[in-house]
Amino acid sequence: MDYGRPGLPRGARPEGGSAVMTSLRTRKFTPNRQTKAAILFLFPSALVLVLFVFWPIVNSLWLSFHHWNLMEADRGFAGFANYQELMRDERFWNSVVNTVYYTLGTVPVCIALSLGLALICNVGLKGTAFFKSVYFLPVITSFAMISIIWGFLMDPDIGLLSYYMKRLGFHMPDMLRSTKWAMPAVIFVAIWKNIGFNMVILLAGLKAIPVSLYEAARLDGAGPFQRFAHITLASLRHTLLFVVIISVISSFQVFDQVYVMTRGGPLHSTETIVYYIYHQGLELLNMGYASSMAWLLFLVIFVITIVQLRIFRFDQTD
Amino acid sequence: MRPRLAVGVLYLVLIAAAVVTLFPFVWMVLTSLKSEAEIVTYPPKLFPDRFTLESVVNIWERLPFLTLFRNSVIFAFGVTLISLVFDSMAAFAFSRLHFPGRDKLFILVLVALMIPVQVTMIPLFLMLGNWGWLDTFLGLIVPRATNAFGIFMLRQFFINLPKELDESARIDGSSELRLYAAIIVPLAKPAIASLAVFHLMYNWNDLMWPLIITNSQEMRTIPAGLALFMGQHVVEYGVLTAGVAISIMPLIIAFLFAQKYFVQGIAFTGLKE
Repeated sequence: MDYGRPGLPRGARPEGGSAVMTSLRTRKFTPNRQTKAAILFLFPSALVLVLFVFWPIVNSLWLSFHHWNLMEADRGFAGFANYQELMRDERFWNSVVNTVYYTLGTVPVCIALSLGLALICNVGLKGTAFFKSVYFLPVITSFAMISIIWGFLMDPDIGLLSYYMKRLGFHMPDMLRSTKWAMPAVIFVAIWKNIGFNMVILLAGLKAIPVSLYEAARLDGAGPFQRFAHITLASLRHTLLFVVIISVISSFQVFDQVYVMTRGGPLHSTETIVYYIYHQGLELLNMGYASSMAWLLFLVIFVITIVQLRIFRFDQTD
Repeated sequence: MRPRLAVGVLYLVLIAAAVVTLFPFVWMVLTSLKSEAEIVTYPPKLFPDRFTLESVVNIWERLPFLTLFRNSVIFAFGVTLISLVFDSMAAFAFSRLHFPGRDKLFILVLVALMIPVQVTMIPLFLMLGNWGWLDTFLGLIVPRATNAFGIFMLRQFFINLPKELDESARIDGSSELRLYAAIIVPLAKPAIASLAVFHLMYNWNDLMWPLIITNSQEMRTIPAGLALFMGQHVVEYGVLTAGVAISIMPLIIAFLFAQKYFVQGIAFTGLKE
């Protein structure tokens, strides 16, 4: 405080030649007005991020190298024991397979449907704005809440969806209680929920394609299919890649609809990685073990994100 | 001229997709207006024979739904208000102030953006437990008092405001606080509104965080409360559906009035980098 006080009038002095010299010389040692302001402006956010994001991620790594069950007193250093156990844990691999199944089931179909709708919405038909609003509704609703509704619709006894399917001649199984059909049901809801989000981003990409490209192609005699492949898809490839990557990242973190629709069942057939982390860490309280899983997940997501950043930085210099 | 047939087919696709999208919402609203007995009769019907507010009234008695609703409001609005202030302050420092190490610090914000909440939940649970913050609004709200995405988004917006604003303000002798509160923030209203919508929606809808941080029914939010209610009881379809409808409707109504901010707020999550 004390050494700061003589600094103040110096900084406030009108910018004469010598004053500039002194302020340049002293800048390294006494923070100038803007630096001081920056410290104050950044302090609350810095505190929150350090305490509730950076410290926990470090702590999570530390936990992953310890035997740490909340209910047990023995909390020794474990080395790589948690990670080794993880490699042998069939239920963990099951959750990995389920997560990959979910991702492969969701991402391609969802993006294909989003792209189809985005293309139609980009034609300039009347009433497009209304349809766009409708498709966006699932995006703003809670995954947990809407999963309750879908669960009821798929119910074999009272579910309207299964009833309609029966009337159409399809006998829908009891989706959420079947090891074979529970995951497709979860995937279906995820696709339904995410189409609107992808569509908004893809539409922005489509709008950015210059019309002159299409006109030039038409003059060159390119047919509609060629125009779609060589102009639309080619111009959209970065947007598409981007949508793929963020969809994959969020698929790897799937939890809400699994928790609500199936609780990971039946027989762990819909148990995903995050659900298994939740089960081990916060239900069985094996926090060290769960943290080793969480860190593996973090590394995978981190690598995907870095790849994404690389691609898009490359894109900017392109 | 576009061939009529093609236009017809396109409309058919749009309408089919709209029907699939809207069907659960329509079912939800109509089912909350049915009696429990009618919901479980076979064959099921979309429209009720008799409209009744039975379930909509029952939800407040079968569950402490008023408490859930109040908790959701305090949690979602609390996080939104505090986070908007802190996010915009940090974004202001990163975009309008010059200080050593600014860009390096900003990289840390980007790193924070990459850390999934699922990875930090166990240490956070332990830490908040040690502090005695579990099952309190402090524990629910304070860890979310700032958001790396919010800082990032507002910084991108602030940085595009003309530099002359700062210079003229400084020549007039205004403080940095005045520059922030009286010039930059008012100019960034659209971005701040989008971020507000994003925060509100994200926290209002969130299941996992309230599920972990709260353990008494007095502290649960609507999603956590209803998800657990569904797991514990013989399913009461009408009551649950009414609860879900009451939880979803405020957002849908807000969406109808402020659609632009919803789409911008969410589309921006897709524009990182």
